[in-house]
Amino acid sequence: MPLLEVRNLHVCVEGREILHGLDLTVNAGKVHAIMGPNGSGKSTLSHVITGKPGYQITAGRLLFKGEDLLAMRPDQRAAKGLFLAFQYPVEIPGVTTMNFLRTALNAQRKARGQSGYSTPHFLKKARTAAKQLNIPQSMLKRGVNVGFSGGEKKRNEILQMALFEPDLCILDEIDSGLDIDALRIVADGINAMRSPDRSMIMITHYQRLLNYVVPDVVHVMSKGRVVKSGDKQLALELEASGYAQFEDAA
Amino acid sequence: MVAARETVERIARTGVDQYRYGFETLIESDKAPKGLSEDTVRFISAKKSEPGWLLEWRLQAYRCWLTMTEPTWARVHYPNIDYQDIYYYAAPKPKKPLSSIDEIDPEILKTYEKLGIPLREVAILEGVEPAPGGEPSANRKIAIDAVFDSVSVATTFKAELKKAGVIFMPISEAIREYPDLVQKYLGTVVPVSDNFFARLNSAVFSDGSFVYVPPGVRCPMELSTYFRINERNTGQFERTLIIADKGSHVSYLEGCTAPQRDENQLHAAVVELVALDDAEIKYSTVQNWYPGNSEGKGGIYNFVTKRGDCRGKHSKISWTQVETGSAITWKYPSCILRGDNSRGEFYSIAISNGFQQVDSGTKMFHLGKNTSSRVISKGIAAGKSRNTYRGLVSANRNAVGARNHTVCDSLLIGDKCGAHTVPYVEAKNSSATFEHEATTSKISEDVLFYCIQRGMSQEEAVSLVVNGFIKEVLQKLPMEFAVEAQKLISISLEGSVG
Repeated sequence: MPLLEVRNLHVCVEGREILHGLDLTVNAGKVHAIMGPNGSGKSTLSHVITGKPGYQITAGRLLFKGEDLLAMRPDQRAAKGLFLAFQYPVEIPGVTTMNFLRTALNAQRKARGQSGYSTPHFLKKARTAAKQLNIPQSMLKRGVNVGFSGGEKKRNEILQMALFEPDLCILDEIDSGLDIDALRIVADGINAMRSPDRSMIMITHYQRLLNYVVPDVVHVMSKGRVVKSGDKQLALELEASGYAQFEDAA
Repeated sequence: MVAARETVERIARTGVDQYRYGFETLIESDKAPKGLSEDTVRFISAKKSEPGWLLEWRLQAYRCWLTMTEPTWARVHYPNIDYQDIYYYAAPKPKKPLSSIDEIDPEILKTYEKLGIPLREVAILEGVEPAPGGEPSANRKIAIDAVFDSVSVATTFKAELKKAGVIFMPISEAIREYPDLVQKYLGTVVPVSDNFFARLNSAVFSDGSFVYVPPGVRCPMELSTYFRINERNTGQFERTLIIADKGSHVSYLEGCTAPQRDENQLHAAVVELVALDDAEIKYSTVQNWYPGNSEGKGGIYNFVTKRGDCRGKHSKISWTQVETGSAITWKYPSCILRGDNSRGEFYSIAISNGFQQVDSGTKMFHLGKNTSSRVISKGIAAGKSRNTYRGLVSANRNAVGARNHTVCDSLLIGDKCGAHTVPYVEAKNSSATFEHEATTSKISEDVLFYCIQRGMSQEEAVSLVVNGFIKEVLQKLPMEFAVEAQKLISISLEGSVG
């Protein structure tokens, strides 16, 4: 059974169709890259999978671990092991990162019928994960993403991913706004989490990220559909020839 | 945010939005005849066996009141109040004279038990962990004065406070036992000729708390008054007077609840604070009067005058309020910064949901030299509520070097509520430095989705964001009450997001 199965997905925003019958299958342990020009529907796909309000699903199926995602609230999907690293992580003033992480993690655990972590256990876990990502302790005491640089915000996304240990991670332009050093730290964090049970979908415009996190499968999206799939060679081709060749295919 | 989580869990257990304090205590009470006249004033004064000067003082206030009409400048709307359709005095009928707490009517004891207010001299409030490095809670004590409708039914820790020289008792008792002290200070901050509701209160006030802290004494425990309206068609007009003598320090907290009723009930209190040289008063309020039902029916009209006088040099008065209840709130805790180098502070969280209307803020009158004040107001509007911050900062000609910093933030939840900020700033000398910052924001869908994608429920997400928004002010509350206030806030916002 695939971990994620998207079949003939049609999605509208305010009456306008954005996804026109998208198909995608992600098996356990695989890293997929989705590439494509602006407006091809990449972010919409990530939002629909995770259940962001504001999208009308007019046709199609979304199965995660064989279960119908569309019947689940977004928080239930999270507890099931679905994680989205946001392209633009939001700021939450007055709520420390530590408090946020703990509230979220324990909410997920509770939904799964597990007991919440004790404070010392949680702190230890969070500090260890932060250290691996080069995140200073002081950052954990600041308001969530408040005053964080672009790189810090992205590292904070990876920190959450490391703590929550999701089964499917969707990384929406995790490489945008990162300098080369920050990109390396983020990529190391992602690679450290690769495992035979965990899958990833990386949405990106650029081949650069894929040099650090080498994908098993590369998809090209255009005009709301997956128009071509291949291995990492496909990304290199794209880098050389651009997206124009796929515009007609769509 | 452990408290937030507990709250959410508790709500999940008990179902949707429940005002937890809406029950009624069935008890016989002694009431004044309905309506307001000189006779009503005389009745109340006689009930309390008051001295002649106080009756005269009340009558003077009553006559002042007759000459005035209700203020209409606040951004609140309500039908005309029929002042002749209210009982101005209601007291539980004692079965016999009381000499100790064990003789209080068990129904009343039960009421306070249900409300979580210990009338026995217990030291610990439930569920409170000591702050890191703080004293363990077993050693922390809170003295409580419980006011039920028009009278005080119990005051705890009186003896222990007396040892420190602190007087803490119902004001009706203080009038009998310390008449000179009461006469010296009563009405000196809020005179009988003050605003409409203050005049009404001066005429008919029935009970409230009296505190006197002698020179150089640091009050050994938190003082607290718990106000409860029980009787139907009754107004509550409590009067609180706190005097911190030279170099003394006191922290005081009041809490308020009322049964759930269809009709509106009037609560017109007056609080007067006097801080002499180098004294400090910290006054905190957790106001949770019945806010009315989801259609806007019923609820308390909370028309309150609170004013502190920093009479001495280097004195300090600090107001902290968490306002979640009442159908209508009309309240502006103020500081008169008379003494040189005195300081006034106002920290406020005002939350409105449903059809609640809040018009609240502060006034900082800078009169002395080098006086300073700080205002942090956090307004949260949800449902179809209206939430207005109205604040005055003024410096008169002699207030050389006056400084004020005001931060006024509003948070909107949903798109049917409204938030307004109405600052008045008057500097009559060129050396005053007044700063005003204001922001209005909405809890955005993006922020909520971010939290929910991480596994939180909608309620948890709102609670988390709101708690972050008000954190700065919440930290100003005494620790025990910060936990309670946090729970209250989560409950108040239950069902605020559609």
